[in-house]
Amino acid sequence: MIRAFVTILVTFIASLVQAMPDIKTLTTPAGTPAWLVEDHNIPFVALELRFIGGTAIEPMEKRGVTQFMMGLLEEGSGDMDAQAFSIAKDNLAASFSYGSYADVLTVSAKFLTENQDQAIELLRQSLVDPRFDADAIERVRAQIESGIKSQAKDPSDIASAAFNAEAYPNHPYGSDDLGTLETIASVTAADIRQAHATGLTRNRVLVAAVGNITAVELGVLVDRLLQDLPVAGDIEMPTYVADALSAGVKVIDFPTPQSTILFGHAGIPRKDDDFFAAYLLNHILGGSGFESRLMSEVREKRGLTYGIGSFLASRRYGDLLLGQVATANNTVVDTIDVITEEWRKIADQGVTQAELDAAKKYLTGSYPLRFDGNGPIANILAGMQFQGLSPDYIQTRNDRVNAITREDIQRVARRLFQPEKLRFIVVGQPEGLE
Amino acid sequence: MILRLLLSVCVGLTFVTASHAAIEDQVSEFMLDNGMQVVVIEDHRAPVVVHMVWYRAGAADETPGVSGVAHFLEHLLFKKTKNLDAGELSRTVAENGGTDNAFTSYDYTAYYQRVAADRLPIMMQMEADRMVNLDLSEDDILVERDVIIEERNQRTDTNPSALYREQANAALFQNHRYGVPVIGWRHEMSNLTLSDALAYYKQYYAPNNAVLIVAGDVVPDEVLSLAKETYGQIPPNPNLLERKRPSEPPHFAPRRIEYVDERVSQPYVVRSYLAPERNSGDQRPAAALALLADILGDGQASVLQRKLQFETQEALYASASYSGVSLDTTSFAVYMVPSADVSLKDAEAALDRTIAEFMEEGVDEAQLDRLKTQYRAAGIYAQDSVNGLANAYGRALTSGLTLQDIHEWPDIIQSITAEEILAAARDVFDLNSSVTGWIRK
Repeated sequence: MIRAFVTILVTFIASLVQAMPDIKTLTTPAGTPAWLVEDHNIPFVALELRFIGGTAIEPMEKRGVTQFMMGLLEEGSGDMDAQAFSIAKDNLAASFSYGSYADVLTVSAKFLTENQDQAIELLRQSLVDPRFDADAIERVRAQIESGIKSQAKDPSDIASAAFNAEAYPNHPYGSDDLGTLETIASVTAADIRQAHATGLTRNRVLVAAVGNITAVELGVLVDRLLQDLPVAGDIEMPTYVADALSAGVKVIDFPTPQSTILFGHAGIPRKDDDFFAAYLLNHILGGSGFESRLMSEVREKRGLTYGIGSFLASRRYGDLLLGQVATANNTVVDTIDVITEEWRKIADQGVTQAELDAAKKYLTGSYPLRFDGNGPIANILAGMQFQGLSPDYIQTRNDRVNAITREDIQRVARRLFQPEKLRFIVVGQPEGLE
Repeated sequence: MILRLLLSVCVGLTFVTASHAAIEDQVSEFMLDNGMQVVVIEDHRAPVVVHMVWYRAGAADETPGVSGVAHFLEHLLFKKTKNLDAGELSRTVAENGGTDNAFTSYDYTAYYQRVAADRLPIMMQMEADRMVNLDLSEDDILVERDVIIEERNQRTDTNPSALYREQANAALFQNHRYGVPVIGWRHEMSNLTLSDALAYYKQYYAPNNAVLIVAGDVVPDEVLSLAKETYGQIPPNPNLLERKRPSEPPHFAPRRIEYVDERVSQPYVVRSYLAPERNSGDQRPAAALALLADILGDGQASVLQRKLQFETQEALYASASYSGVSLDTTSFAVYMVPSADVSLKDAEAALDRTIAEFMEEGVDEAQLDRLKTQYRAAGIYAQDSVNGLANAYGRALTSGLTLQDIHEWPDIIQSITAEEILAAARDVFDLNSSVTGWIRK
């Protein structure tokens, strides 16, 4: 065992020194800012683009048009149809994926160093010059309609839709990015072109790259990729809103032996001074792993569920503190009681010093472990830019977590947790509930 | 531009060859005196380590009547041992900023922690402890049995596709335990006892039935000496039996299932065939099937998607799937989600017609070349996730394969011919050993 002990000391010092990646910030020759972590171990690059705006800026009577548009980028561009594009991409062994969220549109690419110029040209073509052919539009429309129908039969999706609709009745957050059968049926090629022109613009893009590329090479590559995108004019962004939830339990009948329950109330903004304290509190109540109070009370002690968790859904224009659990129809009432009791306990009594210490150890210890690989690091870098954080955040973040005192925690616990305001949406056939 | 392209192709080939060598160079293998296999995968880019113990025992090693016990025991391994309190292992992992979990399949049960590399010794100590020192009470059994039944509710009973898969597997496998769900049949799960769990534990949890995989920022020699100090102290189970399961008899009749569930929003048709798995020293038929699945269903230019989604537009989606990493005979599946105005009957006919056309037309060599390029590139991309590598090695090593088999696989894929793929297709598409399912509301 002595040998092992020596090993511990040696590696520990080494890991402290090399723990965090070295983020370079650069401005491309054409003026686009980008973040880079160079890593020449593996001959490929992970590239992340974030277009601020997302689906929330689309016209609500055309809800779903942005995701529809993003789904068409690989279905034909330049002089290629969907088949030709797929073949070209496969020949390069590159992978592109396009995502749509309320606040942001994402493009994630991985490409080999050996053919990176061709891969970037292909990606550029899909972003800048999509064809939106009529047959492609109808093919994707049918897929979206199938997706909307599937969501209508999925207990988790039903619960989310109901919760969001109650929380944000007059806001894009209140409806699904996918749209409805009615809005999707009404989308025209012109609507899609409009969504493209407003959604993917050069002046609202954030860039992060990690891998086998230098800053100079990245600058050239990013300019080539983005130079032909339009510059957006002024677009009306959504406004920040408080949620409109009311306390109590709502049941949505669905034929299944187990109910899915979504619960929560108002959360806390990402930029709030108390966000880190709230983050620690949420970790103690319902964070990941087996250690949280909710896992302990609902699963470990009572066997009421396979999994329960809570999270801070802090978005640009609204914040919720949410939790999810699934339990047999005959134990829904018990489960709701236990959750409510835990909410009351943490609001009234806060947390113990031991819990706070353990949560800090977990959150500070796990942070460097997130940076393991080009793909994950590129994602983190893009996320940091989206949150408005500076590159040195990764050096100071753990100090900020450690600076939270128990007094902060107890004060924020009283502010954050409001048992009398808890909203529960139950999808299933629970016993003992109306 | 032409010269440039040529150059980049050459460079590419060099890179690709080099990177294959690199993966093997990152991997070391040892055997402890008590028969425990140790594999170390080095990746020094981040100060992280993934520590996994894989048992060569899964749901297909259960005795009849106690379905789900392998997975039940997996849950119980987080309870008290002679040296650890219930939950202490996970708590220690969390206090060190790590994550831990476990999973059970037909051929293996695996436990892992992902932690800062310098925390490896304590992980090995704790994992070695629970290999043999579990100290369960009747109370543990009762609460945890409720948890696994809720897990079954969540994974299976609320999910029409999962319920269909249970029915289909039970019909596809007439003798092998692959026909019984890993999570267990509900009526047997609710009767699982402490002695059921302990019988499985005593039979299968031993160093000579386990593979240790340590991947990340570690030095192989140091891992080996730590392994000797921890796992190396545990005596082997002398009563471990050869892993031999009931095998499938010849099948003589196609089976059909119509699964009706009002929660199905999108009807679809799926057909599964019995198929050979990757066997040690004999992986060519499986490699041909892996490529066949990609040719038929991977990407918009694949055969099923091109013909059914683009040309005839009878499908919203169509694909094929095959997983060759399996101890025993596995399955190959094709499926199709029909367009709104296409019936399941017509969808099945379209699927059959398309496969018949493919058998007639043969393999498009350009498509095969593209796939081989993608396999080469996948070898490069795979190096970015040491966690993914650890998982792939663990799965293979508990499914009857060796390190040599794993390392030969990329070259075998590259050497497969169009003729081999067609021959594999002719063998696998035998209706008499198939199950066809219609899933609808």
